[in-house]
Amino acid sequence: MRRKGLYIKFIFILLLAAASFYIVWPKGGKVSLKPLKINFEKQFKLNLGLDLQGGTHLVYEGDLKDIEQGARSDAMNSARDVIERRVNAFGVSEPVVQVSGSNRIIVELPGVKDINEAIKLIGQTPFLEFKEENPNPPEVTPNEKGEIIIDENQIFIHTGLTGKELERASLEFDQRTGAPTIALQFDAEGTKKFSDITTRNINKRVGIFLDGQLLSAPVVNEPINNGRAIITGQFSVQQAKELVTRLNSGALPVPIKLIEQQNVGATLGLSSVRKSVAAGLIGFAVIALFMIIYYRLPGLLAVIALTVYALISLAMFKLMGITLTLAGIAGFILSIGMAVDANILIFERMKEELRRGRTLEQAVEEGFKRAWLSVRDSNFSSLITTFILAYFGTSIIRGFAITLSIGILISMFTAITVTRTFLRLLVGHNILVHHWLYGVPRMSEEAKHA
Amino acid sequence: MAYRECRRKQSMLNIIKHYKFWFGVSGVFALIGIIALIVYGLNFGIDFRGGTLTQVRFPDTVPAASEVRAVLIEAGFHDAVVQPAGEQSVIIRTGPQEKEEHDQLLNALIDKYQGIQEEQFTSIGPVIGKELRSKAVVQLILVSLGIILYIAYAFRKVSKPVSSWKFGVAAIVALIHDLLIVVGVFALLGHFYNIEIDSLFVTALLTVLGFSVHDTIVVFDRIRENLRISAGLELSEIINNSINQTLVRSINTSMTVIFVLLALILFGGETIRYFVLALLIGITAGTYSSIFIASPLLLVWHNWSRSRA
Repeated sequence: MRRKGLYIKFIFILLLAAASFYIVWPKGGKVSLKPLKINFEKQFKLNLGLDLQGGTHLVYEGDLKDIEQGARSDAMNSARDVIERRVNAFGVSEPVVQVSGSNRIIVELPGVKDINEAIKLIGQTPFLEFKEENPNPPEVTPNEKGEIIIDENQIFIHTGLTGKELERASLEFDQRTGAPTIALQFDAEGTKKFSDITTRNINKRVGIFLDGQLLSAPVVNEPINNGRAIITGQFSVQQAKELVTRLNSGALPVPIKLIEQQNVGATLGLSSVRKSVAAGLIGFAVIALFMIIYYRLPGLLAVIALTVYALISLAMFKLMGITLTLAGIAGFILSIGMAVDANILIFERMKEELRRGRTLEQAVEEGFKRAWLSVRDSNFSSLITTFILAYFGTSIIRGFAITLSIGILISMFTAITVTRTFLRLLVGHNILVHHWLYGVPRMSEEAKHA
Repeated sequence: MAYRECRRKQSMLNIIKHYKFWFGVSGVFALIGIIALIVYGLNFGIDFRGGTLTQVRFPDTVPAASEVRAVLIEAGFHDAVVQPAGEQSVIIRTGPQEKEEHDQLLNALIDKYQGIQEEQFTSIGPVIGKELRSKAVVQLILVSLGIILYIAYAFRKVSKPVSSWKFGVAAIVALIHDLLIVVGVFALLGHFYNIEIDSLFVTALLTVLGFSVHDTIVVFDRIRENLRISAGLELSEIINNSINQTLVRSINTSMTVIFVLLALILFGGETIRYFVLALLIGITAGTYSSIFIASPLLLVWHNWSRSRA
């Protein structure tokens, strides 16, 4: 009866290893349920972080001081959308643009070579704003040179109407002078705001600001209710055209500032990948050699379990869509070293039980039973650490913590279930039971009586 | 008694007996760590200060770091620190820079050395640096708290003759010892070789915390088991037996971890070399301390509180 359960486990492990191998295999990993008439098809890919495939990581901070508390997250989200549109226009494959925290936007551009161009593209997105005259303008006093310096940003105050409410911009020409102008059409909300602003500012100026610079300040003659505005300014046709394109691809609802930037060249990334893989394979080989020489047959089983472990872990990384970074690979390689710990604990215990004169079968059972508490308690403390790291860490650290914790969890399964099943099968069938294979000389008569 | 048993008894190390020696060794190392920390302090990297890191690759021969530095000083970058990296590259660190300044720096280098390539550029604003600093502190505190609570919980059933919280405190003392050694080594490396502390270093510290406790728990777990089954033995004997029974395991486990870490240092990427070094030092210290510090400490403490009672 028990033996039947053992076979089921053994077959289950083989299937699991085979499935993992299929997913891990570079050209494989395609899971399709079409033959079962379920519309599901997915190709699993190993995501490499920017430090491995090369690319740019940018962090922007949005200046939210002029935005109401309640509208802030909306503003950040629409800023994100705008940046995403710009980045897509740049033609990057699989860019990531996400809001982080309350006022940050993270932009990840894999494989971008001309970073300056990309930054320019994102950073120069125009921030369009309509302002009205400050009813209490600050006093203007001449400085020591007798000049009067006027700060337009003090004369005008915010109205809450920005490029966010813009529906589209178009290039038009002044019918009288033929000079290029930019026609703006607001959306419903913008139309209402613009109507309010023009109503309360008759015979006053409304300032049109682009990225904090005053473009033009026409005097309002009558309320404008159709949501149309015209910017006239001293620009060439070329400049006006560019401005229209930029305004149409979305004006940022909040001003943003680049506060963190990381670029990694593709060659450096590639050499990092190669080096890490080499280090991992060498580390694995040394561990395998050590385990087999020191623990003999159980050592060999542990190496098989370790291989299953590595396969399942890599398959998990693919299935869960985890982005592997250099630190993440280090975490995975470290976990290979730690994964054999459970086996070492168990085998040492087995040897002890054998020396005490127990039969092989008893020793295997006792070894697993008694070592389990240690394995559980000790791994738990490592898991506490990795969970805290994953929760509070930055992206690099999170990569490390996630691979390490997945590694620890899977290793508890493979080191215990896989090796135990194999050992039970061997011992149960009375094959390969010579004591030498377990690193313990055959029990002498005295030992049995001790 | 069986011959083998007899031989095993003899080959057993009496670690407990020489505890003063081990405490002395550790004391010296920890003291060096503390002194290095006080005298030199830690060399914080751009993660924590804000600043830039530029890695450039030279097409054929790499000029001396001092020569590159001279070029940069001439271009007006007085705070630039230049270090060789890998076979073909150098790393240049500066304080926080705007985009234009970075372009100027790169142009100054391109003018002087034809064919160089920017392999890597990182720029971290002072705001982020401050944030990462406070995050690192929060993480350290949380991990330590988590571990203390966990040990107190795991050993809650042990009461006689050593109370469970003593296990916890002994483990923490061993941890502090491990951290002092790692931090001390990096204070020295920072002073003499300009190696900087970044957020990966903090990660290494936290991982060492986890691993070192992992190791200590295995030994303590054996003490817990032996306390239950071998009543009547002297505590010193129980502890010594427990250490010896887990000694091979402790050494073998650390060996496998050290193998992979050495492989990573020797063959792995440049970027994580010091991260791995911190792990290597910490894990070695952790293995040592769980055998030679944490367990003897339990006994010394026990005897001390008994003599006062």
